[in-house]
Amino acid sequence: MNRRLWLALPLIVFALFVLAVGWRLSDPPDPTVKSRLVGQPVPQFTLPPAIPGKAPLSSADLAGKGPRLVNLFASWCVPCIGEAPVLMQLRRQGVQIDGIAIRDAPADVAEFLSRHGDPFVRVGGDMRSQVQMALGSSGVPESFIIDGSGVIRYQHVGPLTDADLPTILTELEKAR
Amino acid sequence: MIAEAGLAALWLAAALSLLQLAVALAGRRLGDTRAIVAPVAVAQGLLTLFSFAMLIWLFVRTDLSVELVAANSHSAKPFIYKLSAAWGNHEGSMLLWVTVLAVAGAAMALLERRLPERALHAALGAQAALGLGFFGFLLMASNPFARLNPAPVEGRGLNPLLQDPGLAFHPPTLYFGYVGLSVAFSLAVGALITRDVGPALARAMRPWVLGAWVLLTIGITAGSYWAYYELGWGGWWFWDPVENASLMPWLAATALLHSVNVLAARNGLRAWTLMLAVVAFSMSMIGTFLVRSGILTSVHSFAVDPERGAFILALLVIYVGGALGIFAARISTVREGARFDVVSREAGLVGNNLLLSVLLGTVFIGTFYPIAAEAMGYAVSIGAPYFNLVTSPLVLLLGFLLFVGPLLRWRHDGGRILRRATLPLVVTVLTFLVLFAVAPGMSILARLGLAVAAGLAIASILPLVDRKLTRTPLATWGMVTAHLGVAVAMTGAAADASFTKERLAAVRVGDTLEVGPWQVRLASIEPVAGPNWTALEAKLEARRSGGSPVILKPQSRYFSDPPTETNEAAIDTLLDGQLYTVLGRQDESGRWQLRLWWKPLVTFIWLGGALIALGGLLALIGRLWRERRRKPVHADPEPVHADAEVLA
Repeated sequence: MNRRLWLALPLIVFALFVLAVGWRLSDPPDPTVKSRLVGQPVPQFTLPPAIPGKAPLSSADLAGKGPRLVNLFASWCVPCIGEAPVLMQLRRQGVQIDGIAIRDAPADVAEFLSRHGDPFVRVGGDMRSQVQMALGSSGVPESFIIDGSGVIRYQHVGPLTDADLPTILTELEKAR
Repeated sequence: MIAEAGLAALWLAAALSLLQLAVALAGRRLGDTRAIVAPVAVAQGLLTLFSFAMLIWLFVRTDLSVELVAANSHSAKPFIYKLSAAWGNHEGSMLLWVTVLAVAGAAMALLERRLPERALHAALGAQAALGLGFFGFLLMASNPFARLNPAPVEGRGLNPLLQDPGLAFHPPTLYFGYVGLSVAFSLAVGALITRDVGPALARAMRPWVLGAWVLLTIGITAGSYWAYYELGWGGWWFWDPVENASLMPWLAATALLHSVNVLAARNGLRAWTLMLAVVAFSMSMIGTFLVRSGILTSVHSFAVDPERGAFILALLVIYVGGALGIFAARISTVREGARFDVVSREAGLVGNNLLLSVLLGTVFIGTFYPIAAEAMGYAVSIGAPYFNLVTSPLVLLLGFLLFVGPLLRWRHDGGRILRRATLPLVVTVLTFLVLFAVAPGMSILARLGLAVAAGLAIASILPLVDRKLTRTPLATWGMVTAHLGVAVAMTGAAADASFTKERLAAVRVGDTLEVGPWQVRLASIEPVAGPNWTALEAKLEARRSGGSPVILKPQSRYFSDPPTETNEAAIDTLLDGQLYTVLGRQDESGRWQLRLWWKPLVTFIWLGGALIALGGLLALIGRLWRERRRKPVHADPEPVHADAEVLA
C-alpha cells in the first residue's frame, strides 16, 4: 500500500468512527422492545378465566373472528388505569377487545373492571406471565392487534392514549 | 457562596488556559515566554484544584440547594459515600478530569527539564488546548455548581450498587491514568510541530506513560474485581463497552510503554511512538465519550444526554482529528529512526507493538461494530464469544513472544542467547501434555493458556539469570515483575475458564448442596439492617471435603431510598481459589435460590494485575531515580533534518 495512505489510515478509521457515532447521536436508538412475533400466528395458549363468570381466553378464540385487540393489563398497574377510558372508547366504536390479566388475583381484577370499566369480551388470567412471554411482551400495559386468521399484525408498547386512537383504528382496518 | 467560588475559579482557570494557548501559538514572536508559561500553567492547576475542593465541600455539607448534590447525595448517606458521590456522577467526574488535566499541565511546566524549550512550550500549548475544550464543556454543558431553587428537603441518593469502597477509588484511579496519557499526547503533538523527536522526548514522556499505565492497570484490575464481587454474576470481565473503554487506552499505553523505550535507548520507532502517544489518549477520550453519550448500552450508567454526546464528539473531532491530521501531514518530515536487524530487541518490541495494536483494533471493532452495522440497516450485538475467540490467540502469541523478547540484545542478536528459551518451551510442552492426561475435557485455548503461562512464568525471570542481582537496574526488576504478572493473570483466567464449578438450586433451610469439593449447608436466613438498607442474610456452613466449616453470609439487600434490591455475594478466599455464594429470592414454596461457584485459582487474575502494576511502579521509580542523577539534556544529540523520511 502507498505509504502516505498508511500514515493517514488512523485518520480514516477515526473519520469512519465519527460518521457512525454521529449518525447514532442524531438518531438515538428506540429502547422499546418489540415482539418478533409481529407477522406470526398467535402462539397456542389456553388461559383460565380471570374472574369467575366471565369467558376465558384461548388462542382458538382469536382466530377466524375478524380483527381483535388483545390488551395485557393488571389491576396493580397504574398506567393501565389511565388507559382504561381509551379502551372503553374503542369498545364504543365497535372494536372487539379481549384482555389478559397478568399476575393478578380474581377479586382484584373484578374490582379493577368495576371501577374503571370493562371493555373486554373475554378475559384470561395469566398467573405466571407465561402467555405474556410467549407473545413477546415485556410489560403491562401492552396491546396486540390480531387479524382474522390469528396472525399478530401490530404491537403497541405502553398505555394507549387518545393520540394513539387513529393509529390503532387504521391498523385494525388494515388487519381486516 | 461555596458553589459560586468554585464556579468562579473554573472560569478563571478557563481564561488562563486560553492565555496559555495564545502564548504557545504566538510562540517565538513574543520572545522569551518562560516567565509567562510556567506560572500560568501552575495557576491553572491550583484554580481547578480549588474548584474541585469546593465541590467536595458542598457534598460534605450535603448542600441540597446545589442541583448536583440534591441529585446524587442524601443526608443519611455514610460520610465516605458522600465524598465519593462528588465524582460518582457526570459533572463531578468531568470536573475531576479537568482538574487532573490542569494539574498534569502544571507539573509538566514545573518539572520538565529534558526537553528543548520550544518543544516544551508547544506541548504546553497542546495541553492548554485540551484543557480549554473540557473547561468549555463543563461551563457550557455540565455545570457542576448549578443551583436549585427552591432547594429540596432531601437528596435523591446514589445508586446503591455504587455504595462500595471500590467506587471511591476505582474511577478516580482510571481518570488519573487517562489524563496522565494526555501529557504523552501533548508531548507528541508538540514534538510533531517543532520536529524535536528523539531520546530526549522519549525520556520526558516515559515517566508519564509509566505512571498513567500503572494507574490504568490498578484501575482496571480493581474495577474487574469490583464487578466480580458486587454484581454477583461470578464473572470477572464482561466485555461491556465501558470495560472496553478502559481496556483500549491500556492496550495502547502498553504498546507505547514498550516503544518509548526503543526511542529512548536506540532512537528508533520514532513515528510509531508518536502515533501511539496520540492513539493512547485518543482512546481515553473516546472511552469518556462512550460512557457519557449513551450510544452504547452498558451496565455503567451516567445521565445520558445526546447534547453532551454531541459536544464531546465535537471535542473528539478537534483533538483526535487534529492530532491525527498533524501526524499525517508532518510525519514524513520526521527523520527515520535508527535501523535494526530482524533478530534484535527492537524487532521483538515491534512484534509486541503489532500484536497489541491488532488486539486494540479487534476490541475497537467489536465495541463499535454494532453502531456501524445499525447505520447500515441491520442490528447485531457483539459479546463475549467474539471477544474471547479473537483476543485469546493474540494474547497467547504475546505470551510466546515474551519467551524470547526480553532476552534479545539491541540492534543485532545472533540468537545464541535464545537457547535459554528452550527451558520455558519445554515447560510449556510438558504442561500441555500433562493437562491432556489430567483434564482431557479442557478447551484447547484454556489448555494452551495454562501451558503458555507456565512457560512464561519461567521465561519472565530469565533476564535475571547471570546478572548480579544487587546491580540489576530497578527498571529490569520492574519488567520481570510485570511479565511474571502476565503469566499469573493468564493462569487465573485459564483456570477460571476451565475448572469453575457452578451450582444453582432452590433449597430449604437445613439443606446441603455440593459444588466442586465443597458441601454447603444453608443453616439459617436472618433479617439484618444497615445504615440505609435492610437485608435477608443467609448463614452458609461450607465444608471442604468434610473438613471444619467456614461460615459465609451472602445477603439480599433492599435499599430504601431509592428503593433498590441488590445481591451482596459472600466469598471465601483460599490459596487455591474462591468459594463464591449468592443468595437469591424465595420462591412460592418457601425455598431459597442459592447460587454457588467454586473457582479454582481465580484470585490469580487480580494478583497478576497487581504484579503488573507493581512492575510498572518499580520501573517508574527506577527511571526517575536515574533521571535525577542524569544531567539535563537540552536537545537531541543529533540535529534533525527535514529531508529524510520513512516510518521507522
